[in-house]
Amino acid sequence: MFTSVDDVSARLAGTGYLASPAVATTVFLAARLGKPLLVEGPAGVGKTELAKAVAQVTAARLVRLQCYEGVDESRALYEWNHAKQLLRISAGRDESWDETRTDIFSEEFLLPRPLLTAIRGEEPTVLLIDETDKADVEMEGLLLEVLSDFQITVPELGTVTATRRPFVVLTSNAGRELSEALRRRCLFLHIGFPEEELERRIVRLKVPGLGEALTASVVRVVGALRAMDLRKLPSVAETLDWARTLLALGADTLDENLVRDTLGVILKHQDDIQKAAAKLDLDAL
Amino acid sequence: MTAVADRITGLAAALRAHGVRIGTGETVDAARAVEALGLADRELLREGLAATLLHGPGQRALFDAVFDLYFPRGIGGPEDAPRDRETLRDRLAEALAADDRALMARLAAEAVDGLGGYGSSPASDGWSAYQTLDRLRPQTLLARVRADIRGRAGGPGAGFADRLLDDEIRHRIEEFRRLVGAEARRRVAERRGRDEIARRAVRPTADRVDFLIADRDQLTELRRAVQPLARKLATRLAARRRRAARGTIDLRRTLRSSLSTGGVPMRPVLRRRRPVRPELVLLCDVSGSVSGFSDFTMLLVQALHDQFGKVRVFAFVNRLDEVTGLLGHGRADPDGLSARIRAEAVLTGWHGSSDYGVALGEFTERYGAAVGPRTTVFVLGDARTNMSDPNLPAVRELARRARRVHWLNPEPRDRWGTGDSAAPAYAELVRMHECRTARQLSALVAGLLPV
Repeated sequence: MFTSVDDVSARLAGTGYLASPAVATTVFLAARLGKPLLVEGPAGVGKTELAKAVAQVTAARLVRLQCYEGVDESRALYEWNHAKQLLRISAGRDESWDETRTDIFSEEFLLPRPLLTAIRGEEPTVLLIDETDKADVEMEGLLLEVLSDFQITVPELGTVTATRRPFVVLTSNAGRELSEALRRRCLFLHIGFPEEELERRIVRLKVPGLGEALTASVVRVVGALRAMDLRKLPSVAETLDWARTLLALGADTLDENLVRDTLGVILKHQDDIQKAAAKLDLDAL
Repeated sequence: MTAVADRITGLAAALRAHGVRIGTGETVDAARAVEALGLADRELLREGLAATLLHGPGQRALFDAVFDLYFPRGIGGPEDAPRDRETLRDRLAEALAADDRALMARLAAEAVDGLGGYGSSPASDGWSAYQTLDRLRPQTLLARVRADIRGRAGGPGAGFADRLLDDEIRHRIEEFRRLVGAEARRRVAERRGRDEIARRAVRPTADRVDFLIADRDQLTELRRAVQPLARKLATRLAARRRRAARGTIDLRRTLRSSLSTGGVPMRPVLRRRRPVRPELVLLCDVSGSVSGFSDFTMLLVQALHDQFGKVRVFAFVNRLDEVTGLLGHGRADPDGLSARIRAEAVLTGWHGSSDYGVALGEFTERYGAAVGPRTTVFVLGDARTNMSDPNLPAVRELARRARRVHWLNPEPRDRWGTGDSAAPAYAELVRMHECRTARQLSALVAGLLPV
């Protein structure tokens, strides 16, 4: 898939995803060792984007399983198409039951859901299991078989084993502690807030119109905000929003008024805004 | 390759000694990662090993320190380095101003080599980060670096972000101190053996630090860990609740329904549980000696408040006052918590040292109504009464009224009962648990909290 870590960084950068060395190394290893990749980190640092970028550079199909509370086997693995089965039974009236039975539990009546789709795929596939922490604990048990052996057992059809292992990315916001068994099967990658230099490059790439000096100031202020004890720390997504806002306002340097007026773009809680304003010596709001 | 394999297993063993759970499978993966990455780039190797060996973000700082010992940057001290303190300071100021990480690392090596050595005989000598920093005093460079950067940017007022400069420089100095610490550990490890230094000199993860000896940084780190820990505990409590909800057999109703099957109990009827959310009362000693422990526990319980019907928190030193309101949502600025409690609540009478007898007596007298048959009470403190009366009747009364009383003591069990500790006397009346680290606390909370 990739020849070296540098190859990973260069190709991801080609799609507009600037990877830190940690991200590039782990992606490289995941591809080389054939293990799933568990990505944790605060919201808005590009966990999902990473999977999309990997799919793009490897020309793979992206299969996405969005987890939510109550997601179950029939949403994640497969389901029998009951309506169609009933139609089939009523259509073939003069057949023996044995014939019908073997027929209605065949491929034709199977509705593959994301996990089965990814396992059965012949072409290169990236399987994204998004927000794994939102799913229930039972769901994790289901994932264990899929992630360690890349196979799924359908009682009526037998075990389906992947002919071509998909590149699996699981993301989690740490809303719930994932089980040790699941973590064990994955390579672990924590994407934190990027280093100042990397974040500057990201802003320049995504918001090219913003001046060099202003970009640097924006990144520095966001960095300072992250050092504070806030309820919701601004993420890369917020930095980019702020940069776009400043661009739209036609600002060329940061000053007190501008920061005070646009602080709401980066901070999402009123007490955070007040606290940050006090720490940054802005006048009272 | 065997030498590398030894390094990897040594690294894994050192991490295990610090409580990171690493199985053989992970070690094998780590070796495969090393094979795939090669040994040319140390930072790639670091990331690769971290990805294969670790399972959570909390272990990263520990891993970095241990990694530096097992895969050191080099061997021995730097060559042809000027040993002069002033030149070092000059060059450090430049490196800080330019935020040049590579130069800072080199200077840290030179500083430890030039200023950190002590002892003369091979058995007792070593390298001290403390001594290095004490002689070099990097923190005094702040003003100079600031002036330097301002001068370069072309006069003062170079923009809004300028006001962040001081914090940024402090941050860089902190980084340099960390580098010096790592370098000193590396040099000592060369002399004394990696395995021993990795076990003894690397700071444990915050959840394994003793509450009573944790320093300010570690306590700050702990406070930041409150939210994730609370989420983890909430998951466990929910699981316990699910299990408990299935309940026990209701004998009366089982027999009643067995009448329809001729008195043979074919189908057991389970007791139905009313979903009553338990109430919690916390009595916290916030005197200087144990305040780190109490603060952390208060924040943790507050973060768990939606798991309970009602949470009331009381703080005491030698008088007692309710502080539930001070912990309220949105107001909880964890760093200033203990200062605020001390400012806004009446906790001391004539003197400033803790007195369990008076405080517990005051609780049963003034707030006795807060404790009912549905309430679980947690008392947090070291039970050191400063030689005054422990007031056992008050505790007995508390234990009689409450559903359960637990006492969490941050002192090691073998020190209970020494000096002025009344722990054994209290332990006869209520259950007392040793609770020295955040890890112990979370295990206790997960096991003891009512469901």
